[in-house]
Amino acid sequence: MTTVAEHSLRARGTRTRRILGRAVSAVIVLWACATLIFFVQILMPGDRATLLLNQVSGEVRTRTAAELAPINRQYGFDQPILVQYLRYLGQLLHGDLGTSYQLARPTTEIILGQLWPTVSLMLAALLIAWVLALAVTLATAGRGRFRSATGSGIETIAAALPQYWLGILLLLVFSLALKWFPAEGDLGPRGLVLPALTLAIPIAGFLAQLMRDEFTRALSQPFVVTARTRGLRERQVRAGHVLRHSVLPAVSLSGWAVGALLSGAVIVETVYARPGIGQVLVQAAITRDIPLVSGIVLVIAATYIIANLLVDLAYVRIDPRITTS
Amino acid sequence: MTAAANTLPARTIRIPAPTVLAAVVVVLFVIAAIFPSLLAPYDAFHVDLGETLRPPSFAHPFGTDQSGRDVLSRVVSGAGASLLIGLGATAVAAALAVVLGVAAGLGGRLLGGGVNRLIETLFAFPVLVLALLLITVFGPGVSTLVIAVGVANAPGYARIVRGQVLSVRRSEYVEAAHATGHSPARVLLRHILPNALRPLVVAGSLGIGQAIVWASGLAFLGLGVAPPSAEWGALLNDGRTYVTVAWWVEVLPGAVIVLVALALTALGRAMQRRFGKESG
Repeated sequence: MTTVAEHSLRARGTRTRRILGRAVSAVIVLWACATLIFFVQILMPGDRATLLLNQVSGEVRTRTAAELAPINRQYGFDQPILVQYLRYLGQLLHGDLGTSYQLARPTTEIILGQLWPTVSLMLAALLIAWVLALAVTLATAGRGRFRSATGSGIETIAAALPQYWLGILLLLVFSLALKWFPAEGDLGPRGLVLPALTLAIPIAGFLAQLMRDEFTRALSQPFVVTARTRGLRERQVRAGHVLRHSVLPAVSLSGWAVGALLSGAVIVETVYARPGIGQVLVQAAITRDIPLVSGIVLVIAATYIIANLLVDLAYVRIDPRITTS
Repeated sequence: MTAAANTLPARTIRIPAPTVLAAVVVVLFVIAAIFPSLLAPYDAFHVDLGETLRPPSFAHPFGTDQSGRDVLSRVVSGAGASLLIGLGATAVAAALAVVLGVAAGLGGRLLGGGVNRLIETLFAFPVLVLALLLITVFGPGVSTLVIAVGVANAPGYARIVRGQVLSVRRSEYVEAAHATGHSPARVLLRHILPNALRPLVVAGSLGIGQAIVWASGLAFLGLGVAPPSAEWGALLNDGRTYVTVAWWVEVLPGAVIVLVALALTALGRAMQRRFGKESG
């Protein structure tokens, strides 16, 4: 026999261990990501020093050994791969993500300078996506065949819309034709509306699809019948009881949503010519600025991993069944 | 109602209207890909400088582009390249997924665990971002595009294969095959793989549309196939410059991509429902 206090103490112990375990495995995945990025760079066809010199000077030609030697020394390309790898990891531990070939500035500095426009875009889009998904689910799920089918049709189409096309459509209609919103270059709240909507709509489609399934399933549960026999109104049953059951699985999708937001931000920033990390990443990819791209990709992977870790941890808190299972 | 219709067996499958519509779109897409001249009203590369940037009309349903080329004909002639890119990328993803999934499912602690970690690591990169990294390192071009989209999509398929291999290897018929003295290689090829691959085929058919969308997205960003090609992503990237003066050069090809992707997904879903739940 254990007392209640002992039991809760033990539960807390497993929970702490669980959180620690998740954190450690997140760090391992992050290290594996850095390793993968490093070795992808090593696999690059052709000579890295030549590529670098050609990029900086803007001409394409074969370089002499005398030209290449100082570059090889500066970037350590002449060292054995293992030495280069350890040096790379060492730099990462000091927060040094490398130096851009083109801009000749540290990647960390470039990212920090562009952080806010991207983060504000992602946060606004996440908020809009949740509001849209909740609205569609509450309004149409389990309300007769016609309304349900309409709702699920809207979700399927929304989820399938590529952001590059949706963005241009919204830009043409609401900015160029109706002139409700500025076209581009406006970093204030008005300039944020269309990009955030573009980013949010496909994600809202996915979230709503998942919520609708859970919502319909929960509607046939005994506790709904109980709530109804207690005389609660339909709206109270839906918003108060059923919704809670359908939100939880969607929360677990938030980690995925952050990944979708990161991918989408790259495209949305290009469509609306908004400054931000995505825009820098695309420009760097076009000019083949390998250190800058690698640095940004690593930061994006880290963001994704941390978001998934946070979702895991939040889930452990919300749903006590997980700790015991 | 004719007599013939009345004598049809009662178990005739009723195919829902959206699925029929999706099938029609996919069939048109495949015809456009194989026999573009059947559907294209004009020569897709015919430049007519007197007819530049004309809005949609009866003569040019999708309008004309900055060189006076018929946009509809360009969309039709780009279908083949886009279908090949979608198929190629999905094939790359599936092939990688089989290797990774089987190694993760059958390998021991060391190999299996290591491959598992690799799959989880690849999962930490959003698809577009991983593809961007690969294109940067290996330089732009069709083959890089196909490989980049394929590799970026591989971890999702690899998880499916791994799960399937893990459940099949413990099944009674695999145990029976081992017990009757078949070699491990034969058991793998004849018993485990065929059963592990079925859900992969369904997932792959769902993925072709997505792969086309990813590849067009990368081309839209300027990281795809070089301009003279009429591949769909290249059309989008081309049209971007003129979108503010001629919406049709961008919006209509984009609409076709969305329609085809939706149709492929709807058809994939219908297959999934038809061929059992295990792939869910």
